[in-house]
Amino acid sequence: MEHIRTPKVEQVKLLDRFSNKSVIGTLHLTATHLIFVESNSTSAQEIWILHHHIASVEKLSLTTSGCPLLIQCRNFRLVHFVIPRERDCHDIYSSLLRLLRPVSYDELYAFSYNPKQNDQQREEGWQLIDLAAEFERMGVPCDQWQLTDVNREYKRLPPNICIGLVKSVVPHLLCFYNVLRGGKRLYLFVSCLQAAVCRCSQPLSGFSARCLEDEHMLQAISKANHNSRYVYVMDTRPKLNALANRAAGKGYENEDNYSNIRFQFVGIENIHVMRGSLQKLLEVVGTRSLSMTDYLVGLENSGWLRHIKAIMDAAIFLAKAVTVEGASVLVHCSDGWDRTAQVCALGSLLMDPYYRTIKGFMVLIEKDWISFGHKFADRCDQLDPDPKEVSPIFTQFLECVWQLTEQFPQAFEFSEWFLIQIHEHVHSCQFGNFLGNSQRQREVLQLKERTYSLWAHLLSEKQNYLNPVYSPSFAESHPVLEPSTQACHFKFWRNMYHQYDRSMHPRQSILKQVLTFKESNRELEGTVQALKTKLQKFGVSTSPLKPQTPPRERSLPPRPQSLILGAPLLSRKEVQQEEDEEVFGEEAREDAPASTDGERTVEGSSATENGYGELTGSFGSKNEPAVVTLEFGVARMTC
Amino acid sequence: MEFAELIKTPRVDGVVLHRPFMPTVEGTLCLTGHHLILSSRQDNTEELWLLHANIDSTEKRFVGSLGTIIVKCKDLRVIQLDIPGMEECLNIASSIEALSTLDSVSLMYPFFYRPLFEVIEDGWQSFAPEESFRDLESMTDEWRLSEVNKDFSVCPSYPSLLTVPKDIDDESLCKAASFRHGGRFPVLSYYHKKNGMVMMRAAQPLTGTNGRRCKEDEKLINATLCAGKRGYIIDTRTIAVAQQAKARGGGFEQEANYPQWRRIHKAIERSNVLQDSLIKLVEACNDQSHSMDRWLSKLEASNWQSNVKEILTTACLAAQCIDREGASVLVHGTEGTDSTLQVTSLAQIILDPACRTIRGFEALIEREWLQAGHPFHQRCAQSAYSNGKPRSEAPVFLLFLDCVWQILRQFPCSFQFNENLLIMLFEHAYTSQFGTFLGNCVAERGKLQLSQKTVSLWSWVNRPQELERFLNPLYEPNNLVIWPSVAPQSLLLWEGVFLRWNRSTKCLDEAYQEMVHIIEYNKELQNKVNSLRRQLAQLETEDKMVADLK
Repeated sequence: MEHIRTPKVEQVKLLDRFSNKSVIGTLHLTATHLIFVESNSTSAQEIWILHHHIASVEKLSLTTSGCPLLIQCRNFRLVHFVIPRERDCHDIYSSLLRLLRPVSYDELYAFSYNPKQNDQQREEGWQLIDLAAEFERMGVPCDQWQLTDVNREYKRLPPNICIGLVKSVVPHLLCFYNVLRGGKRLYLFVSCLQAAVCRCSQPLSGFSARCLEDEHMLQAISKANHNSRYVYVMDTRPKLNALANRAAGKGYENEDNYSNIRFQFVGIENIHVMRGSLQKLLEVVGTRSLSMTDYLVGLENSGWLRHIKAIMDAAIFLAKAVTVEGASVLVHCSDGWDRTAQVCALGSLLMDPYYRTIKGFMVLIEKDWISFGHKFADRCDQLDPDPKEVSPIFTQFLECVWQLTEQFPQAFEFSEWFLIQIHEHVHSCQFGNFLGNSQRQREVLQLKERTYSLWAHLLSEKQNYLNPVYSPSFAESHPVLEPSTQACHFKFWRNMYHQYDRSMHPRQSILKQVLTFKESNRELEGTVQALKTKLQKFGVSTSPLKPQTPPRERSLPPRPQSLILGAPLLSRKEVQQEEDEEVFGEEAREDAPASTDGERTVEGSSATENGYGELTGSFGSKNEPAVVTLEFGVARMTC
Repeated sequence: MEFAELIKTPRVDGVVLHRPFMPTVEGTLCLTGHHLILSSRQDNTEELWLLHANIDSTEKRFVGSLGTIIVKCKDLRVIQLDIPGMEECLNIASSIEALSTLDSVSLMYPFFYRPLFEVIEDGWQSFAPEESFRDLESMTDEWRLSEVNKDFSVCPSYPSLLTVPKDIDDESLCKAASFRHGGRFPVLSYYHKKNGMVMMRAAQPLTGTNGRRCKEDEKLINATLCAGKRGYIIDTRTIAVAQQAKARGGGFEQEANYPQWRRIHKAIERSNVLQDSLIKLVEACNDQSHSMDRWLSKLEASNWQSNVKEILTTACLAAQCIDREGASVLVHGTEGTDSTLQVTSLAQIILDPACRTIRGFEALIEREWLQAGHPFHQRCAQSAYSNGKPRSEAPVFLLFLDCVWQILRQFPCSFQFNENLLIMLFEHAYTSQFGTFLGNCVAERGKLQLSQKTVSLWSWVNRPQELERFLNPLYEPNNLVIWPSVAPQSLLLWEGVFLRWNRSTKCLDEAYQEMVHIIEYNKELQNKVNSLRRQLAQLETEDKMVADLK
């Protein structure tokens, strides 16, 4: 609290990002959030911004109406305040600067966040996802693979590189381990064909170095799989990058030394390119009155979709090698925690329907991202960051999954809101799961004792994230997903990158509508049952209703109130209703049907918000009150 | 002329048909006067049954004696026929070529087509202008139905009945007509019930370089303004294009002569540019070897999405003037038969909930496109694969449908119809067994005696069996104005048309079916609950009566 100089500023103007609309309200600064409360008492909109979500704060030059403060968030929200007094603005600005750069882990929200659970509930939350059980599910250990605790003390691997080896799982050959590989990490995916997907980092081959143990190890991986005589080695980097690494004593496998491998470059760019790409993308889509040409050219120049496609292509290559050829695959990049994580996780998702369920997706993230040491703290800029380490690697993975949900609407148990919510919390630091850079660091921080697990939180509101058209039988007909990788099938993910720009969104959501129907079906099934029981008391027997969906728990979890903390799915509508006087939500429609010929628009969409064109020189006639023109901001010029 | 003269080889055996995402079919190819038919002569095997008129262009290739004809259709489908025998292949190719480019309208299939269904409601009579005028009359008495164009002499492209301000007599109308391109004087397009504002459409005024004016024209449009109110003229051309038009006798309304009107210029492309845009877009969509960058840059270069955005923006602007500014609007471009109609019809979809029902949408197309004189015959003579020099072909109507689809995507619960209806209209505008889209205007259709000699598309669509396919399960009627977003991020490529033949839609279709199923199950359950409640209530009253008796 000592960093907060001005906890409250009144008469602050919030400008809309894409239109000329603005609202007046009060700004509150708390230890964890920046809160804007709209003054209009009848429709008080609230915006809660978690300090950890803020990527940058910018104080723009003073204008006649006040001092503008531009806040950019990691969840792609962008807010533009105008604070009447410069002093207040400066206070808020300097407080935020301090608050958004926590110097120690203890300052992160997760360590103060308390969802009113006791220790037992907390512990249960952490036990929800059990990786040992996951390896068992994959069929490990078996006659070819065994678990090892070689990395028990996190010592075997060089401390600076080695971070998150799953303690218990490494092929027995690891005892031949040599430090040749910069922190070689291996894991396996056992398909029905006994083919395994292994991951590691680049070999320290330089120009000529070789390591017999490493070669033996690859041979052992190959031998463990009777279906194929060779192992694919996928280097997910562009060849040029791999070549450059040789000069630093690193590099890639020399096919002459490894008799049984098929080596392949995949060409996914590094974290710096990805960071730049996202930055360009956001710049383009953040432009006001963007033309179609600038949008498409900008989309192309950002390269974002090209990178997404490259990751998808790599994952498909991996899935094909395993499922079609039955070959084992070793995936690596430089360090083995960015591109490798993307490709292995996405490949697993393509091959194994389990990962397309809500629980399975959590397991997948836990396994391929968290335990294998994707550096969440660095990549997501959690703590006193090095800007060169920040990169949207995990965001790209989520987007790839979204692209798949677009092509296979029935394959996933979850909807895109689930992905967006995970993305939200990767950056929120509200839960312990994604804190730190490695498993080792997480143990040091005692996260399981001091913070709560996101997975428990998400499962408690599972209803919000369900995909209403999910079909479990889809997995039987499509055990392996074969997405199209034609360029025209990759789309811009508007709901992620414009999550908070409601003027961009479809005004009615099919997802929401169908979810409502599905919930209503469940309730009606209950009502039918209850009515039948009553009827039976009168001695009337009724034909049993054919259950179309297995009866599940009928009571819904409490709906979160805040737009940021809660599920966007339902609260969005509430907020919207409050935002615009003319809003006409769907419930209201039921109350006042046909007779609504007033100025009502669906879900608050209004003409000015969309900026169809400036009616420069609107001339409302003199005898008519100027309300309309003023309200819609077109009375700025006269004819 | 006999079609048989054009058919050199009526039948070839052993022809193999290739279509993307479908198994190949081997069978017998037959040519009839109007169809290209491929039959495997086995039950349960799908046959190809293609109207010659649907063929946009063909290409021939030979490998040895095996000929290949690539048939590119107006609905954007591309199929390949492998025909054994060089001579047969050449004959078939030239026959298709001849049959698909017949010039005479009266040889078109609709004149030969006999419906296999019973016509319950004759679509030719479904949307009479008198009927829509009756609706108008119930709201306002400031308009009248004029017969000034009874013999199509005042304006050849207008229908015989036109809605005009009550205070303007036919003589003034004739004078105003002589001042507008093609005689298309300002007529009523839409009356906004909520505030009594109107939208009119016309062609450009013929001011020429010396600034001609026409008192009657001024009086005509001023008559639509309430006292002290002003209106907007939306010119769909840029100011530069409008200026250039002066040299050819056209022009725009001068502020001095129309002081009560404010002119806004927008930039909707002319038809020849649009045709080029379509060709480029379809080429980009069909080339599957693209890298991401190439695809995006070709999509951008086609300018199609820009055109969609521009048209939609202009329509929203018109709607905004009417609904939010409370002002009347006059829309025109050059001829008033293309971009003008795109704008006026889209604005109505935004403003008027009735246009979002199936019936209302059909009425809108009938009113704002067919009767308003959009030259369908000229515009839809060729589609994206035409390699000849374009005459006056242009995807004006397709762009309108694309814009409707964009609004439908943004308001998926506000339309009674679904995407299928829009795709169907696109297909039938280019080729059809029905006469609805033949001819260029009402006068031409009369001469062709379409209503006697052909079947109307509406007769077929409005049968309950067909309608089912076009119903949107999510539809919940609302009486609201719907403002779509026109940000580029909100506008999508219409995959249902442009990627239709280049993707497998099995997964998407199944998901759609599942959604329909959920909604239908909901209705079923609701009925069940209601009937059980009734039953229970009845039993309870009976029970009570018994108790009372005791």
